[in-house]
Amino acid sequence: MVKPKFLKFDTLSLHAGQQPDPATGARAQPIYQTTSYMFDDTSHAAALYNLERPGHIYTRLSNPTTAALEERVAALEGGVGAVAAASGMAALFLAITNLMDQGGHIVSSGSLYGGSHNLFNYTLPRFGITTTFVDVRDPKAFKKAIKPETRLVYGETLGNPGIEVMDIPAVAKIAHDAGLPLMIDATFTTPYLMKPFEFGADILLHSLTKFMGGHGIAIGGALVDSGRFDWEASGKFPTLTEPYAGYHGLDFAEEFGTQAFVMRARAVGMMDLGACLSPANAFYIMQGIETLPLRIQKHVANAEAVAEFLDGSEHVEWVNYPTLKSHPDHKLANKLLPKGAGSILSFGIKGGRDAGRKFIESVKLASHLANVGDAKTLVIHPGSTTHQQMSAADMELAGIGEGMIRLSVGIEDVGDIMADLEQALRASQKG
Amino acid sequence: MDVQVDAKTAHAATGSRALNPDEPAVILIHGNGLDRTVWQLQTRSYANKGRRAMAVDLPGHGKSDGPALATVEEMADWVIRFMDAAEVKTATLVGHSMGSLVALEAAARNPDRVEKLAMLGAAAIMPVHPELLAAAERNEVLAPELIVYWGLGLKAKTGGHPAPGLWVHMASQALLENSAAGVLYTGLSACNAYQGGAEAAKKVSCPARLVLGRDDMMCPLKNAQPLIDGIENAETVIIERCGHMLLLERPNQVHDALADFI
Repeated sequence: MVKPKFLKFDTLSLHAGQQPDPATGARAQPIYQTTSYMFDDTSHAAALYNLERPGHIYTRLSNPTTAALEERVAALEGGVGAVAAASGMAALFLAITNLMDQGGHIVSSGSLYGGSHNLFNYTLPRFGITTTFVDVRDPKAFKKAIKPETRLVYGETLGNPGIEVMDIPAVAKIAHDAGLPLMIDATFTTPYLMKPFEFGADILLHSLTKFMGGHGIAIGGALVDSGRFDWEASGKFPTLTEPYAGYHGLDFAEEFGTQAFVMRARAVGMMDLGACLSPANAFYIMQGIETLPLRIQKHVANAEAVAEFLDGSEHVEWVNYPTLKSHPDHKLANKLLPKGAGSILSFGIKGGRDAGRKFIESVKLASHLANVGDAKTLVIHPGSTTHQQMSAADMELAGIGEGMIRLSVGIEDVGDIMADLEQALRASQKG
Repeated sequence: MDVQVDAKTAHAATGSRALNPDEPAVILIHGNGLDRTVWQLQTRSYANKGRRAMAVDLPGHGKSDGPALATVEEMADWVIRFMDAAEVKTATLVGHSMGSLVALEAAARNPDRVEKLAMLGAAAIMPVHPELLAAAERNEVLAPELIVYWGLGLKAKTGGHPAPGLWVHMASQALLENSAAGVLYTGLSACNAYQGGAEAAKKVSCPARLVLGRDDMMCPLKNAQPLIDGIENAETVIIERCGHMLLLERPNQVHDALADFI
């Protein structure tokens, strides 16, 4: 029986989106540090502006280095295309503006990164877009919250910081039955551990700053379009299915079909909002992606060992990590994340907020900072940092307790990681 | 635009521009399982050049009512009826893959209606691998996957596409997977059965240009030779490092290959 021999994930991590540089033969992806690109003549310029032929005009819209990264991310996720942005948050705002206008409504998991939560809960309402937050572990709650003006269903593969596993197939069906797209923040899992498109997601968000880059040296984000959502059949998305006066009446779904979302995000979104990724950062992030499969394997192996270690510690009240049998989403994690549930976990120290503070101040190898997904082990107290803007009720919905510690397990020697945690746990219990 | 053909909706993209009946018409015909959007760049380009550009959705494809037509000859006759419905007396026909056979047959049967003929990814015969045909009959995802695997040239399989951020592999596959159940099989069967290419080529009297991918595995260059030999004064442009999905793989080269023809 014949079977297509497509390049596999590890190969695409190294090669997708890039050919040896046609100008110089350079094998590595060159950094095209330029703002703009010479036109051959006036007709070539007009053709580029009119979307009659592909190419680069101005780096706010596209750049050869950034384009290679975008194509690689799209290839790894199995999307028709991707558009990079200056950060994950910039990509999220870009997606919202691409989909809805004033009066739009979002149904979102309540277990979100604090920045996303604040965008939905405080900033977007100023522009007439509201959000209903629901319990991520209750797919029926998503259905109940959908209104006639809802334009998006949203969640994260793994909640932050509660590490809830979202039942993407169930929520995707609910969204699709209502004629809505499901957008998933896949930052914590990366396409190595899960490809949410295969479970029904329609749009993906990545903070490339995290595991995709892995080195903690470059901020970036991306949107990936599955090309599978039928915007015209839904009838709820005039930004994509009606003539756009700003582009001589261009109807994106009519002309670009399966690429409508990502084409508009670039041609209108990046044009108007301008939060583009710098080509140097695109280069750095691509260097990280080259080793993504190897790093994630080590991250997961270390995280599983650390979770077991914490689970057995007398100083720890509870551990949230989906691989542990005690985790409420353990079975779902086995189904959706067979290669592992990432390397971010949260746990509660005996002694509450005060013990949490002592723990944070006692770690020596782990770094106390506001990031996850670095190759180095990172630690933070969400209640006083990443999620401190949230109300007590929202924190409860997000599963954040006063003493919760979020740990992003790195790829150091796992014995060294555990030794550091052990001494910090002991220190946390001293008066 | 929508018109009624055989009392069914027939759809075509026009580059988001109103059609001007005084402008010369260009009708773009997609390949099997695809739709009007494969011509997204050409439709806009020709519309902006002062052409009445219409990228049709063949019956059963895109936004045109089904069912899909069973033979290349039926599709060719449908294109002429589409022209009637759209009030187009004569047009340049541009076809890709199966669409090139449709354009060829239409030009051979209706020399008074076709001003010029452009055939992309064309061959006189398009035999289909039996396992692809079987997978399509079962509506298995294997069918689109095999078409993408055989359809894309080697370079396109790793990327570096000129359209920023486009992953041409999945862009091709998503289009194919979008086609309604049975459409892919019907079209593949039509291609597999069609034997009239060489004879039709001899009847073409208008200017003709073939644009072919050097590495096309689905329509190898040797299978285009009967068309090149049969059409009087046919011009041929071969695009290097390119497979069967020319429009997606090498959009700039396709643009240049047709720039002085249309």
